[in-house]
Amino acid sequence: MRKLRIFSVLILAVMILAACAPAGGSDAGDDAGSASAGEIKVGVLVPLSGQVSTFGVSTRDGILLAVNQWNEKGGINGMKIVPIVEDGQCTPDPAVNAANKVIDQDGVHYILGEVCSKAVIPVSEIASAKGVLMITPTGTADVITLNADGTAKPYVYRACFNDSFQGAVGAAFAFDNLGAKKAFLMTDQANDYVKGLSETFKATWLEKGGEVVGEASYTSKDTDFSAIIAQIKDANPDVVYLPDYYNIVNLVMKQAKEAGLNIPFVGGDGWDSSDLDLAAADGGYFTNHYSPDIQSPEVTKFLADYGAAYKDDTGNPKVPDALAALGYDAANMLFTAIQTAGVDDVDKVAEALDNIELVAVSGTITIDEFHNPVKDLTILAVKDGKVNFETVVKP
Amino acid sequence: MQFPLSSSKPGIPGAVKKRAPLAWVGQSFLIILAIIVVAILGTNLVKDPSLFAQYFISGLQLGFVYAMIALGYTMVYGIVKLINFAHGDVFMVGAFVSYYCVARFQLHMWPLNVFPSMSVGLATILGSVSVILISMIVCVVLAVTIEKVAYKPLRDAPRIAALITAIGVSFFLEYFGALSFVYTPRFIPYERPFPVTAWYIQDGIHKVVAGVTPPAGAITFSNIFLIIVVASIIVQIVLQYLVRRTKMGIAMRATSFDKAAARLMGINVDSVISFTFAIGAAFAGLGGVLYAIAYSSIWAQLGILPGLKAFIAAVLGGIGSIPGALVGALIMGQAEAMTMGFISTPMRDAVAFTILILVLLVRPTGIFGEPEQEKA
Repeated sequence: MRKLRIFSVLILAVMILAACAPAGGSDAGDDAGSASAGEIKVGVLVPLSGQVSTFGVSTRDGILLAVNQWNEKGGINGMKIVPIVEDGQCTPDPAVNAANKVIDQDGVHYILGEVCSKAVIPVSEIASAKGVLMITPTGTADVITLNADGTAKPYVYRACFNDSFQGAVGAAFAFDNLGAKKAFLMTDQANDYVKGLSETFKATWLEKGGEVVGEASYTSKDTDFSAIIAQIKDANPDVVYLPDYYNIVNLVMKQAKEAGLNIPFVGGDGWDSSDLDLAAADGGYFTNHYSPDIQSPEVTKFLADYGAAYKDDTGNPKVPDALAALGYDAANMLFTAIQTAGVDDVDKVAEALDNIELVAVSGTITIDEFHNPVKDLTILAVKDGKVNFETVVKP
Repeated sequence: MQFPLSSSKPGIPGAVKKRAPLAWVGQSFLIILAIIVVAILGTNLVKDPSLFAQYFISGLQLGFVYAMIALGYTMVYGIVKLINFAHGDVFMVGAFVSYYCVARFQLHMWPLNVFPSMSVGLATILGSVSVILISMIVCVVLAVTIEKVAYKPLRDAPRIAALITAIGVSFFLEYFGALSFVYTPRFIPYERPFPVTAWYIQDGIHKVVAGVTPPAGAITFSNIFLIIVVASIIVQIVLQYLVRRTKMGIAMRATSFDKAAARLMGINVDSVISFTFAIGAAFAGLGGVLYAIAYSSIWAQLGILPGLKAFIAAVLGGIGSIPGALVGALIMGQAEAMTMGFISTPMRDAVAFTILILVLLVRPTGIFGEPEQEKA
């Protein structure tokens, strides 16, 4: 018995330690409750653990860079911005809990996040219901900003283009620029993002007169893609459309390379990550929001600021990916709108956001009637261990 | 080895006594199911034999991995009648340890660093083997610790208590692995201790060259496939030897037969149980490393599905039976690969668990399981 007691004390100690560990970055939670006059609280919901945590880290860094820049300039109309970072895990349940926490406990009026469409969708429901204005930097699913009847949700915006646009441009690029005629589609049926891109790709592809020689579905928990690769080899397409996140892309393309498959893969912005396996993804193309190789004063300034603020493992300045750029843009959209509105009032800020025209890192942003930004789309190519800028497609 | 079976077997005692009135419904359902399966496999085999062979190879690879995990389930069940649900997570830990060895500490490079004159091939083999051994040792230490901390205090408690504890341990390992200092964003791609090479069979065996698609109808396989098959067979042989020829094996069999009597005969039952956990964990660790190398991906919940499927394999083969674990695992591997190939990938888990239900309905003792022996 005595042993057991000592043991349980030890376990308790470990649990308390564990509870203390992730305290970094959420000091703002101390003065929870009422928002004091001189500050604007902003909930930042990003995945910081789980399979796609690089998405969250990049997005958070982009957002916090914008927050720091605004605060250095004296805040928005004299009000200091207080970011409250929560881990939404790119999963509906934790994201909803995080959203409820920042709204009910911290009393935020504005949310930046979540990152993945499947987590953004439930968060957007909560935000509209509770009258909190949210901008998702990267949630591309069409339904995020739309009600069931096709009208825009009043307080939900995004800083990226949506799936319809991305899938259609991917198909057009593969058909026109790559000259492909036969396509093979790989879809995770449980992922709204992948499904959305894949459906619009297929529609555009068939419209252009292309042929779909095969379709395969898988789940995000799969690791063995040998069967699908055998099917691809059998169908012998000109292009494989794989609009999934980098973790799946790494696995599929690595196994395809090892099986000797030599067919170009095309994907979406989910490929964009510092953890994309460049050797495996060699020869692939993906549609994206931004490229650090674009020559524009905004990109140059952003690269310099981001590199000065964040270093990689070896101490060199980090190069921001699209998620960092979108996080930065989303934060700037929100802060600019608050500044234009002049007050901390959700309805006035939403109105300012509707009429915004912001020269941002990912292009000049205006907002359409469905709360989607209208801006350029970039196509990138993975070649020889590098991600190269291929071309820009105007909206 | 044939461990005696559990005491709670709901099956068909005395076989043909009196048939249940509606038994023919179930039987004809099973017959129709079997015909459908044979028809699907048959037509596809005739239509495209090389594609079929390709799926068969994927199935073998999966099956031999499952076999390594299933042994742990079956042995632990045979000895303590506990379904050790944390076993799949020990498998995951094996994969993680190898990742840390290779990606963080470059341990697979030590032979070249210590003996620069060594040939690259030998150094790679030595380095990879040492990575695998370290993973196995860590898994052994982990499993023995789990046994001592979580299961031993409950040895005399009802079996359901131990089962729930096993599930708790399993969750602990999964979510511990998901903590940010264990599972950092920079985990993918999994770095392999040795490169994977593939060959294809068509008019002889040729090496696959990167960027050149093998001709249509060629069947490809890789070195990791061969390693998994060989490792799994070696594991089987070692285990058979251990159980049949050594003192510890005799002690294990005695303990599994009757714990109290074994103790009276002077067998240290506690150390036998620890040893069983250790052996199972070592094989799971080996499986984990090879699995991670083969599919080049790790995450904290990696062990759940392979663990559950290996558990199904153990039940299918007859839980408690060592050859049964191998046979069950090979069947599970094929079922999964053929489902992925000829039905669809997301169906694979559904099919796997359907097999579990069917086994429990039709023959709860599994293929190699013997009907209950009455204990005196």
